Amino acid sequence: MTTSAASPTPSPPRPAAAGFDDTWVVVPLFCEATVIAGVVQGLREQFAHVVCVDDGSTDASADEAERAGAVVVRHAVNLGQGAALQTGIAYALRDPRTRSVVTFDADGQHRVEDAAAMVRRLEDEDLDVVFGSRFLDRRTELDRLKKVVLRAAVVYTNRTTGLRLTDAHNGLRVFSRRGAQTLRIRHNRMAHASEIVHQVGRSDLRWAEQPVHVLYTDYSRSKGQSVLNSINILVETLLG
Amino acid sequence: MLAIQVLLIAVVLVVGIVLVRSTAGARHQAVRRLLLGALVALAVASILVPTAVTAAANVVGVGRGADLLLYGLVIAFLGFVVSSYRRARHLEETVTELARRLALDEAPTPEQARHHEGDGPVQD
Repeated sequence: MTTSAASPTPSPPRPAAAGFDDTWVVVPLFCEATVIAGVVQGLREQFAHVVCVDDGSTDASADEAERAGAVVVRHAVNLGQGAALQTGIAYALRDPRTRSVVTFDADGQHRVEDAAAMVRRLEDEDLDVVFGSRFLDRRTELDRLKKVVLRAAVVYTNRTTGLRLTDAHNGLRVFSRRGAQTLRIRHNRMAHASEIVHQVGRSDLRWAEQPVHVLYTDYSRSKGQSVLNSINILVETLLG
Repeated sequence: MLAIQVLLIAVVLVVGIVLVRSTAGARHQAVRRLLLGALVALAVASILVPTAVTAAANVVGVGRGADLLLYGLVIAFLGFVVSSYRRARHLEETVTELARRLALDEAPTPEQARHHEGDGPVQD
């Protein structure tokens, strides 16, 4: 299934952490108590080090994540996904052994094998950033309106950053240590996705895009962003 | 275009730019206060001598003094909206920094986490 351009060999199932001892997976977490344990357990089959940034959840998300084996960093108040990502990246960078940082959504829409393939590609090709993309192949099924909005976001982001991305708002990304150090996410809420692309565009980081499969379950769909939220993202981006 | 239209558009743009570029410096604060002071003076004048304000309005091509005052209010309101947005953003960044620092300091360090992780989920 994995159509990684760089590493065609499928990874054999491995004991926890064997290959990725220098990688931290950052999971921004807000009120996902029903699914987070499964997501963390799935990640821990391949990644030893998972940090969930609990962004002021009002349910048992943080405890569930901790029980499933993640380190939990707790925001005292709800700040937004962008803020949670930056906190998780800061945490990963406190570890001197960290060589790469993965960002992964808490709602279970990403696949662990995609993340693993992206980390391997980062190392094999000596990249600083690997963006996951839903649109490099046809596996991910989206409803039409969502597709139009995401495409528009891509066109806008590409115009303003000079990068040529096919998917600007995918939560699955991998950064090298240098890539992670370059990021300064200032948009606390949803505009951070474009902000990350901007900062990569302004830097001299080496980046690539990798096809990934996004699993739209009824759960992730119900938790997903409203299309109207794209207006908020645009305003936040324009006003700085 | 009427003189007042040119003037108002120019003022709206200048106020917008000044306030957007504002870095909460003393100079920008002073400019904001001067603009606000001018508005207050205009308001008081319009109460005391409505005819004088109307005369001033006529000079720039506006029918009534009350209209001139309204334009001034619109500009002041726009300035207020922009500057309070900026201030809220600034405050939010401060709160974020504080919350992040607190969160990171309270969490187990990555070294401690590595120690605990072993090779399976934590049992309690």
